Amino acid sequence: MATLAELRSLVQPTTLAHERLLPVGSPLDGLFPGGGLARGTTVRVDESTSLALALIAEATRSGSWVAVVGTAAIGWAAAADLGVELRRLLVIPRLARATWAEVVAALVDNMAVVVVRPAVPVPERDARRIAARARERGAVLIVDGPARCWPIEADVVMGVSGHWSGLGAGHGRLQSRRVAVSLSGRRAANRHRTVEAWLPGADGSLRAVPTGRPVTVVR
Amino acid sequence: MTPQRTLVVWCRDWPIVALGASAGEPIAVMKANHVVATSPSARVAGVAEGMRRREAQRRCPEIRLADHDADRDARAFEQIVVALEAVTPRLEICRSGSCAFPTRGPSRYFGGDEALAGRVHELVGGLLAERDACGVGIADGTFAATLAARRSLQRAGSPPVVVAPGRSAGFVAPFPVSALAALGSVPADVVDVLGRLGIRRLGELTDLPRADLLARFGRPGVLAHALASGEDDRPARLGDPPADLDQCAEFDPPAEHVEQVAFVAKTLADRLVAELAGRGLACTRLLIAFETAHESAGGAESVERRWRDEGALSAAAMVQRVRWQLEGWLSRPGARSVGGLRSIRLHPERVGPATGRHVGFWGDVDNAAASAMRAAARVDAILGAGSVMVPRPSGGRGVGEQVRLVPIDSMDAALDPSAAAVPWPGRVTRPHPASVWPTPVVAELLADSGDTVGVSGRGVLDGTPARLSIDGGPWQPVVGWAGPWLVDERWWDPLAHRRRARFQVEVATGAAHLLALEASTWWVEATYD
Repeated sequence: MATLAELRSLVQPTTLAHERLLPVGSPLDGLFPGGGLARGTTVRVDESTSLALALIAEATRSGSWVAVVGTAAIGWAAAADLGVELRRLLVIPRLARATWAEVVAALVDNMAVVVVRPAVPVPERDARRIAARARERGAVLIVDGPARCWPIEADVVMGVSGHWSGLGAGHGRLQSRRVAVSLSGRRAANRHRTVEAWLPGADGSLRAVPTGRPVTVVR
Repeated sequence: MTPQRTLVVWCRDWPIVALGASAGEPIAVMKANHVVATSPSARVAGVAEGMRRREAQRRCPEIRLADHDADRDARAFEQIVVALEAVTPRLEICRSGSCAFPTRGPSRYFGGDEALAGRVHELVGGLLAERDACGVGIADGTFAATLAARRSLQRAGSPPVVVAPGRSAGFVAPFPVSALAALGSVPADVVDVLGRLGIRRLGELTDLPRADLLARFGRPGVLAHALASGEDDRPARLGDPPADLDQCAEFDPPAEHVEQVAFVAKTLADRLVAELAGRGLACTRLLIAFETAHESAGGAESVERRWRDEGALSAAAMVQRVRWQLEGWLSRPGARSVGGLRSIRLHPERVGPATGRHVGFWGDVDNAAASAMRAAARVDAILGAGSVMVPRPSGGRGVGEQVRLVPIDSMDAALDPSAAAVPWPGRVTRPHPASVWPTPVVAELLADSGDTVGVSGRGVLDGTPARLSIDGGPWQPVVGWAGPWLVDERWWDPLAHRRRARFQVEVATGAAHLLALEASTWWVEATYD
């Protein structure tokens, strides 16, 4: 076994961490510079649970496992509608502050994607350590929360803004939400991009809004 | 190779016996809401294995239901194992309630197979509450012997059944093919296909050419044919496994807790499975040996047990056997203070070719599940068992009820997926909220006049919602709202009765919430973010 591992490290084609991507469903893939979530990066989603769920959907369907840490407040029915394969999720709903860093580090070591939802700001030392660990292990860390929760700069920051349709003044019901999903960040992602989408559409899934130019690049 | 003459002891309804209940009491042992074992009086009342809890209670209202506990079964079986060790040193435990050993030595000593079977029956029957609750069978190979033991249980007084050497094929021929899945290690889907092809009895299976079964079903087909032909389930001997595969660990100071030993055993088992896998082997019979710190006249006390499995023992299964052996041994009637455990040894006694799955050469997606399970085990180790959950579909109307979180260790016993498939009239419609608050958050919904919006008993609003504040936060203007949807749940139960009026409210920032008015207080149940 030891020789096999040695041999493997010799002949394995060299892939840099940023070249390995986790798939992301349409139309979000157009936002990312490489067309998917680069392994080893940190993505901060600005307070949108449905966007965080939409980001992991394609990865879970293609066989990757995802851990969701520190929250029980997720609508799993909505997650399933967005295409998340619930069989490949591990959820750690309750997490004390004392063990937070230890547990997240253990998950980053073994999972393809870790979604954290810090209730209180993460100490800067812990944040740096975990981001470095994710970079080293090729895991994607998704932080779902406002900027103050994550004291260091994330590789990619995503956000949504939009309005619901279907609700009137005392009549109707929520049907779908048309949003502009934005992405900005460092290095390859330093251009601000947006894409129009239904998040969620009438059937609860993520849909592209058919327009001439799906992705706007602003210099 | 001629199969080994084997004796199998099979105790009827072992999970019931392990409970230690009085005879005649109707009991059923439940696992994942289904009956796995029944006592004779429950069977008379019409309760059968595989039945659901409700159905069992309907047929027999006075029935006592007990949860299945594999550890309890294993602990209780220890006394039988100890008794049989007086007959043979080569005892293999197949499962709780059943064990096997080769008859060659003991048979000659006791004067023939019949005499040996009679003696074993007397020995084991004497330990059980009912003498005829134990079946003994001798035949060529474990599979045929197990069928013989089960046959002996069906006869009055359970006289041992001894199949003459070379007659096993004829003996097993009238048994149904389902026995291959229940007692052999043939996958259930193969047996299912056989049934649909019109092959009902093992004898009909042996009429087919083995080459055709190999072509249609692969290895399981050959195994099924071999078992039906009265051959042993073991492939040709690979020779004794090399001794350097033994995994030992010493405890200094001696280990005092079962958990401590199980933790070390996990490392040993992982290493053993990896070593075997490196040679393309899998362990089918494992010897677990303990040595205690208790010094007696003959030196240190040691306990050895052999555990066999029809398929191959995984690392997790090995650890479970270690735990069973340890707990069984500690619960012996004459258990003394043993002063802890000094060493543990895992020795693969019999190995077979590994037929498990192959991972990708670069090990990627195939490893993902194993890697995730490792992560779950590590987190469980940090936070305590039951802290890692997995979402599973379940039935329900409320926003958080359609999928529920269950601890990962109870995954087999997960919620009934069929409940999720049936329609739930009145359930919250799509799109579902992305955030569902486990405990609702207090909110305030004011009308233009500045009064809290209220709903009358008939569902009439006394104002138009204008401003919303969540948990004492800033006021946000309401741009759209709908409702009320009145929910009157469990009105038949005064303690669980709830009356709520639900609303969907969108505020100016584009956020939407599912609000509920209950007892004049507004709550945010979920948020569409």
